[in-house]
Amino acid sequence: MIEGILIGLTTALTLQNILMVMVGCFFGTIIGMLPGLGPMTAIALMIPITYGFDPATGLILMAGVYYGAVFGGSTSSILLNAPGVPGTVATSFDGYPMAQQGKAGKALAIAAWSSFAGGTLSAIYLLFMAPSLSKVSLSFRSPDYFALMILGLTAIAAFSSKGQFLKAMMMVVLGLMLASVGQDSLSDITRFTFDNMNLTDGISFVLVVMATFAMSEALTIILKKNDPTSAAKQVSLTELGSIKINKEERSKMYKTIPRSSIIGFLIGVLPGAGATIASFLAYGMERNVVNDEEKEKFGKGSVNGLSAPETANNAACSGSFVPMLTLGIPGSGTTAVMLGALLGFGVQPGPRLYMTNPEIFWSIIMSMYIGMVILLILNLPLIPYIARILAVPKNYLIPLILFFSVTGIYVMSFNNFDIYLMIGIAVVATFLRLYDFPMPPLILAFVLGGLMEENLRRSLLLSNGSWEFLWDRTLTLCILLTTILIVVWHFYKSIIKK
Amino acid sequence: MNINTTKIISLLFFIFSAFYLYTAYQIQVFAFDENAPFNARTFPIYLGYAGLFFSGLKFVLPEPNTIKVDHKNLEYKKTAILIVIAIIYGATILKVGYFLTTSLFLFSSYYFLGERRWVLMFLLSFPFVAAFMYLLHGILDIYLRDPFLQSIGVMG
Repeated sequence: MIEGILIGLTTALTLQNILMVMVGCFFGTIIGMLPGLGPMTAIALMIPITYGFDPATGLILMAGVYYGAVFGGSTSSILLNAPGVPGTVATSFDGYPMAQQGKAGKALAIAAWSSFAGGTLSAIYLLFMAPSLSKVSLSFRSPDYFALMILGLTAIAAFSSKGQFLKAMMMVVLGLMLASVGQDSLSDITRFTFDNMNLTDGISFVLVVMATFAMSEALTIILKKNDPTSAAKQVSLTELGSIKINKEERSKMYKTIPRSSIIGFLIGVLPGAGATIASFLAYGMERNVVNDEEKEKFGKGSVNGLSAPETANNAACSGSFVPMLTLGIPGSGTTAVMLGALLGFGVQPGPRLYMTNPEIFWSIIMSMYIGMVILLILNLPLIPYIARILAVPKNYLIPLILFFSVTGIYVMSFNNFDIYLMIGIAVVATFLRLYDFPMPPLILAFVLGGLMEENLRRSLLLSNGSWEFLWDRTLTLCILLTTILIVVWHFYKSIIKK
Repeated sequence: MNINTTKIISLLFFIFSAFYLYTAYQIQVFAFDENAPFNARTFPIYLGYAGLFFSGLKFVLPEPNTIKVDHKNLEYKKTAILIVIAIIYGATILKVGYFLTTSLFLFSSYYFLGERRWVLMFLLSFPFVAAFMYLLHGILDIYLRDPFLQSIGVMG
């Protein structure tokens, strides 16, 4: 492991990669502050830039954007009660009341230090857990992988759908259907191409991401007459106050941060869960753990109430890298985008990644530490300046998003058909978004489609076409039972709600 | 049963899944693969049935939270214009080249979205695209096809 850490440090500490972490964090913070534009859009827009880099640098850039966006989302949560990303909703519960009491600077400082500590601690957990899990996952067989993918897709549908499980499952199926277009990987037989040569190689992953996120989000903003930059304009006018944290507040944070980072990391590791659930769970747990006097302060500007979700959401970001790096199965829509980009580089993430491409594996982990320091430096003193950059009117922002989307496809294929297809998918996605059909399950399914078919093929061939492989191995059975548990729990929760 | 737009989308998805399933059954596989436990059409067939199942359930089951979209407050005109501009951009980018089409796309999009600060519109289109092209082509070495710039000798 020491050798790996050194390889990672050597790669991460090159001038180019440090610069990429800085660019990623800066860009991510800006996008994260804009309500409606999440980390997936930010990462999707970065894809064309990564074409010019090696895989490690490309992924370091995207990882920087990811935790930058989560970090930036807390700013609009605290100052405006308008969370930039869903993962920072719980931050507003105590962050916004604190800002209203004239302690906005202090709230931002607590959020920044908690994010820093959460991200750093979870990067340490990742450092120790990822190689061990990689070794364990070497024993995984095709049925286990197939079951794990079913679990991931079901979980993301259950957790990301805000009570619309069936809609999310329809999006999962649509994603898998889109992934099935083109040549069959084993027999080279073309499927669903309708004699169109442009579809023979299948639909590009970048195209689907750009269409369903960047482009359709831009169209949705215009269609709904939203102005994501209006919140940012207010941030630049807000008086922040002192950013000093006193001894008593620090001692509260010392207790909150370790427990919230563990929750955040573990939730992040679970497929489909992620920063949003992690932050809510950490907030809830913190409320139960503290004494009655502190409990009274929750929702009115509690230090613990602000520190817990901020620690957990950043810890969950690092945790979500675990299934992607060790199993090659992304646990969230955001890491699915990164996995797709890695596959585009010709790198297959999975249990052997840390042996075959140690520089990628370790440099991402190492770059997280650098990223956390950069975010801490960026978020506190630079927030008013970043907010001014954000005050760009949407009349400029939207065409620029569309321009980045088209450029991403243009430099990849030099093909008109792909641009038309992207526009077509974006229009359908915009319409579906209007009726709350979630897009992250579609992306995750699209990325996993090929792998899922491959593992199902192997499993069925090995068991002579019998579906017994689903319960032959204890591990497969356990994963499937977990999937069933998630579905049952989800339906139970909806019945209780009614 | 109330028929709302979500139900109509589910019905459309059901029809789409049925078409997908029909097409999946039409996939030609090799003769020796016809009776294999898994061939090129197996997975799509499962997907077709899954699509029918979920969209069918969504159509039949009562809707707990009906989503109401106020169509009067939606900006259809500007959205449609942007889509048309994007299609024209896509149609011309290969023939005319990246620089001119992208700059014109950005300039016209700003205009149709209601912007009238001409200097800013110009700066955020032509010089901005030139700088971005320099970043991609000049620094990151990403090939950008541009017949227009090649014809005037700016690009090699």
